[in-house]
Amino acid sequence: MKTSETLAFECETGNYHTFCPISCVAWLYQKIEDSFFLVVGTKTCGYFLQNALGVTIFAEPRYAMAELEEGDISAKLNDQRELERICLQIKNDRNPCVIFWIGTCTTEIIKMDLEGIAPILEKRLGIPIVVARANGLDYAFTQGEDTVLAAMAHRCPEYKHYAEQESIEHATLVKNSSNSKDISQKKVLTKSNLVLFGSLPSSVASQLNLELKRQSVPVSGWLPSQRYNELPHLGKGVYVCGVNPFLSRTATTLMRRRKCQLVGAPFPIGPDGTRAWIEKICSIFNIKAEGLEERENQIWKKNKDYIQILGGKSVFFMGDNLLEVSIARFLIRCGMTVYEIGIPYMDKRYQSAELSFLQHTCEKMKKPSPRIVEKPDNYSQVQRMHELKPHLAITGMAHANPLEARNIDTKWSVEFTFAQIHGSSNARDVLELVTRPLRRKDGFTSNSRSLSKQTLGN
Amino acid sequence: MKLAYWMYAGPAHIGTLRVASSFRNVHAIMHAPLGDDHFNVMRSMSERERDFTPVTASVVDRHVLARGSRDKVVNNISRKDEEQRPDSIVLTPTCTSSILQEDLQNFVDRASLYSESDVILADVNHYRVNELQASDKTLDQIVRYFLNKAREEGSSNRSLTDMPSANIIGISTSGFHNQHDCRELKRLLGELGISINQIIPEGEFLRNLKDLPRAWFNVVPYREMGLMAATFLEKEYGMPFISKPPIGLLNTANFVARIEKLVNLWASVSLGKEVNYDLYVENQTKFVSQAAWFSKSIDCQNLAGKEAAVSGDATHAASITKILVKEMGIRVSCAGTYCKHDAERFNEQVQGLCDEVIITEDHTEIGNMIARIEPSAIFGTQMERHIGKRIDIPCGVISSPVHIQNFPPGYRPFLGYEGSNQISDLVYNSFNLGMEDHLPDVFGGHDTKGVNTKPLSVDRININWSPKAESELRKIPGFVRGKIRRNTEFFAKQNNISEITVDVMYAAKEKSSF
Ligand code: SF4
Repeated sequence: MKTSETLAFECETGNYHTFCPISCVAWLYQKIEDSFFLVVGTKTCGYFLQNALGVTIFAEPRYAMAELEEGDISAKLNDQRELERICLQIKNDRNPCVIFWIGTCTTEIIKMDLEGIAPILEKRLGIPIVVARANGLDYAFTQGEDTVLAAMAHRCPEYKHYAEQESIEHATLVKNSSNSKDISQKKVLTKSNLVLFGSLPSSVASQLNLELKRQSVPVSGWLPSQRYNELPHLGKGVYVCGVNPFLSRTATTLMRRRKCQLVGAPFPIGPDGTRAWIEKICSIFNIKAEGLEERENQIWKKNKDYIQILGGKSVFFMGDNLLEVSIARFLIRCGMTVYEIGIPYMDKRYQSAELSFLQHTCEKMKKPSPRIVEKPDNYSQVQRMHELKPHLAITGMAHANPLEARNIDTKWSVEFTFAQIHGSSNARDVLELVTRPLRRKDGFTSNSRSLSKQTLGN
Repeated sequence: MKLAYWMYAGPAHIGTLRVASSFRNVHAIMHAPLGDDHFNVMRSMSERERDFTPVTASVVDRHVLARGSRDKVVNNISRKDEEQRPDSIVLTPTCTSSILQEDLQNFVDRASLYSESDVILADVNHYRVNELQASDKTLDQIVRYFLNKAREEGSSNRSLTDMPSANIIGISTSGFHNQHDCRELKRLLGELGISINQIIPEGEFLRNLKDLPRAWFNVVPYREMGLMAATFLEKEYGMPFISKPPIGLLNTANFVARIEKLVNLWASVSLGKEVNYDLYVENQTKFVSQAAWFSKSIDCQNLAGKEAAVSGDATHAASITKILVKEMGIRVSCAGTYCKHDAERFNEQVQGLCDEVIITEDHTEIGNMIARIEPSAIFGTQMERHIGKRIDIPCGVISSPVHIQNFPPGYRPFLGYEGSNQISDLVYNSFNLGMEDHLPDVFGGHDTKGVNTKPLSVDRININWSPKAESELRKIPGFVRGKIRRNTEFFAKQNNISEITVDVMYAAKEKSSF
């Protein structure tokens, strides 16, 4: 692969801190309004969710634990009967349109056959049951969403095949009638069949819809949709494009199992990413994107105040949510130097467009290429940070306060997962997050640092 | 399988980590999948900890699943040993290791051969104990380990200190107001002329544990952590201990009296005279603490006979119940705890103080209890605070599970004389706010919120309210509204009335005397 020759990739011990992937229920139950998420696991999983999700836990969330007890582990109790009892209770209390079972480490280890039991109970209870194994043995944090979406991809209705023929005819039509733009655009509007995948807050999703609509590329559906019974049609002739860098399993499933065509593009994070994303999609549909350059420039101009703060500063990504490459690329474009991009897992194929965009951006901005460290080792990273002294560390909450006490400004990485960071208009939100620690730097706290007992070196 | 939305006590490994990371220069290595080190986040965030939490994971992944940990755990232990030179490394099993059934003890034995630090396997089983029991057990285990080791090496020191001294056992990270309590306790003991021998686990070096038996006695402020270690020290070293917490004026007086007895066992030999703390207690109660005067003042008279519900861990729930009833004249309709393992003791403690005792780990049971009783105030955990929010009943938080709010930068002990001041404030403010909230209702009301008397329990009675009666109900002040609704429905049911009209309401009112 071209990018790997220039970008340096490394792999460390995997001793790093991140959230367990079951945390994806936190945003997915809110996204899919008629769903219920049942995490089949232990007290450990429950305690994690309860603490990680903070106050949402008090708001009668549409998720719960099926807490495994000793009898379940020793197989004294019958899994199917137990799950049926619990799902029946959920059905009576909440009446959801779909129940997701989230498999955990424990169900993996005791080999509980969730995939086998689900279809049986689905029939008996009359409720779709989707199984996703989002556990800490295999995945990190946001990859949880990936497993859920990949499981959902199987439930999407089949796209009607006859349309394919038309779209081929249509493509030739577009080619031959480049001067009669009006007609062709109208045609494209009805025929492009583009499905986007990745869970975004609905307002962000409609912003992206709008951006594409401006280029006359209508979005025919999203995975996931707002409601379970509005899942998009998938099949041969449908183009799919990801909006998040951690969705490689979903992408694979869509290509291999649902025969969709994947549009490999950088991700719509930052005005540069958004533009590249739109351009790539347009090129697939043989459309010449218009007005994108002005729009991008506008955004850069609008955010000059923030970008000025970032210029010449350095940043270190410890890595825990897989958004790292895209955000790093955006920050380099803002004039920052990125020392290291830690990342839990790197799918070079799914991220290839983003990686070459990163490379390209480094050249353009005359910045050194950052090293990309897969499965990082937090301890070694802290040692490296000690030497590099970055202006900013983007890190998990376990390290934020201790690093602050050692004079390294930090931004919690989790916030990027929950903030609205996609599309041009949300670029300011990203910048707002990144500059926040730098902006408060001049306060009186900066003189009273290094209050900790441990030193960074030992 | 159990359908669960919320838990009061965490999994076992949290308890072990709380103890291990509280000692100084101890490192805990969890045998756990990626993502189970959330303890680090909790400690770093809620306590605003400045130092890296000394907890790492020896990650269990697919590879480990297929082939076993092999050398991974041993390597991780040796690596930590070299990198950070801890005095001890505590290998911590999780739910995952409980079912993998790898021979962790074997890893520990092997790692011990190469490591400078003492390597210990925490002896806790995920499926048998919860966070609190595990913390108790781990502390006991560590104390035993180092005392036995000292004994074998002949370095243990059993001679009593010249002046009276005490150990405080059970102050730890993530404990509810632990840091403030510890300071208050130190002050209290200091004023009695008792020096602190050691405080464990918080901030103590393991190599010092050999001197634990030098104290005259042990203080265990919370029943949840430290009882086992104190019992061990009593059995093996003859050290007496006090496990009734000095929470509230009465309890604090008891506590001091207990200390007096214990000090006087040796006082005539060491000090040449016996101590008497009566004057101290009187002085503190009358002049230093405001709580005694407060409960006599007119303010507190207004609270007399008000109803409250209490729930929390065994230590705090029992003590607060006693304070409410005996010191403030408040009626506790129900006292509860989630410490099932300490149920017997809890029952004993609150016997005769409340109408009802509830022992459960299920927050919906507590919610239903509160909705049924409709007390004027709740004293509970963060969960009860939210239950209270939903049904418009004020709540004072008196117990873990902890939340970032429970680590205030300001001084907020629950123990000792300053603690009773704090508790007075907390109790008074909870009720007072409640009253303030309801005053607008009493004066004609600006009740735009609609009636919020929905019980939390699912078993609603099948009775209709006529619109007239419904609006009549709305005129009743909020804090008694729920109760009137309930009584009326009860009356209607008893008399086979299916529709409640205004007449029925008044008939019900005549029958019962609210
Ligand atoms: S890592 Fe495994 S055991 Fe831990 S919370 Fe996640 S799924 Fe549960």
